[in-house]
Amino acid sequence: MKFGIVVFPGSNCDHDCYAAVRDVLGQPARFIWHGERSLPDVDCVILPGGFSYGDYLRTGAIARFSPVMAAVRRHAERGRPLIGICNGFQILLEAGLLPGAMLRNRDLHFVCRYVHLRVESRRSPFTRALAEGQVLRIPVAHGEGNYFCDPGTLERLRANNQILFRYCGPDGETGPAHNPNGSLDHIAGICNTAGNVVGMMPHPERCMEPAMGSTDGRELFRSLLAEAAAVLG
Amino acid sequence: MPATRKAWKVDVLVTLKPSVLDPQGATVQRALESMGYADLTAARLGKYLQLTFRGRLSRKAVEQQARRMCDKLLVNPVIEQYRLTVAEDRGREAKP
Repeated sequence: MKFGIVVFPGSNCDHDCYAAVRDVLGQPARFIWHGERSLPDVDCVILPGGFSYGDYLRTGAIARFSPVMAAVRRHAERGRPLIGICNGFQILLEAGLLPGAMLRNRDLHFVCRYVHLRVESRRSPFTRALAEGQVLRIPVAHGEGNYFCDPGTLERLRANNQILFRYCGPDGETGPAHNPNGSLDHIAGICNTAGNVVGMMPHPERCMEPAMGSTDGRELFRSLLAEAAAVLG
Repeated sequence: MPATRKAWKVDVLVTLKPSVLDPQGATVQRALESMGYADLTAARLGKYLQLTFRGRLSRKAVEQQARRMCDKLLVNPVIEQYRLTVAEDRGREAKP
């Protein structure tokens, strides 16, 4: 599966994603400059973490107008996999490719540590091979990951199984103490109704090898690759 | 459309919707309370943007452009609301 990693001015997890895909998964990967007007031949697009445009105005607000985003939108509309990680998630929200918005973290701190996530839905190819209720250990690193949406949107997210991950404790229990940023309903990651567009605040690309403290990030990519292999049959 | 060039100043005030929790405002409120301001009931933070325009523009055209800018980029309607005021900027005499 060919991966394209979009590089915005201020992206800083692009090389981590590249290493995760190429060195750990052994899949072809290439960078895509945000000024491009079309996408190269790629199957999956990653919007990486960082501080695109310095987080000016609102996180992701200016990056969504980058020239490449029109092509990214078409990629998503064709049902192809698109994942936004951290700042990438914020960009997907601002672009309207996923519903909701991000607020400052509840405690105003930049939170950078490992958290536990409970897999809530297998609706996306990134979670299809996982088990509902499975607990993953993946790090977060953000100042604005306090997910918010209106009550009607939250109801739809729940009803359509679009909530992919919730913050939890080591045994999968949820509560304010296990929620690093105050996000609504402990939401850590969601997908669109089709399931192909995924946004998540935690960084799977930062836990791909034992030396990184966890290899749970691989699970998401393995799920995606298994799905692609099944489709190609 | 007016024949003369004019300068305009648009003040935009962006605030979080009342239904949205404001972590920064809550922290400021706690700080003020701890300083002894017992009568304070709320503190909320927002953003102030100043836009200036120059050209053969009517007040209405300026306001329309500014509102479009707010709707497209400056304001996120999921969490924010805004109000704006348009004033002719006589201090900046428009050059011909």
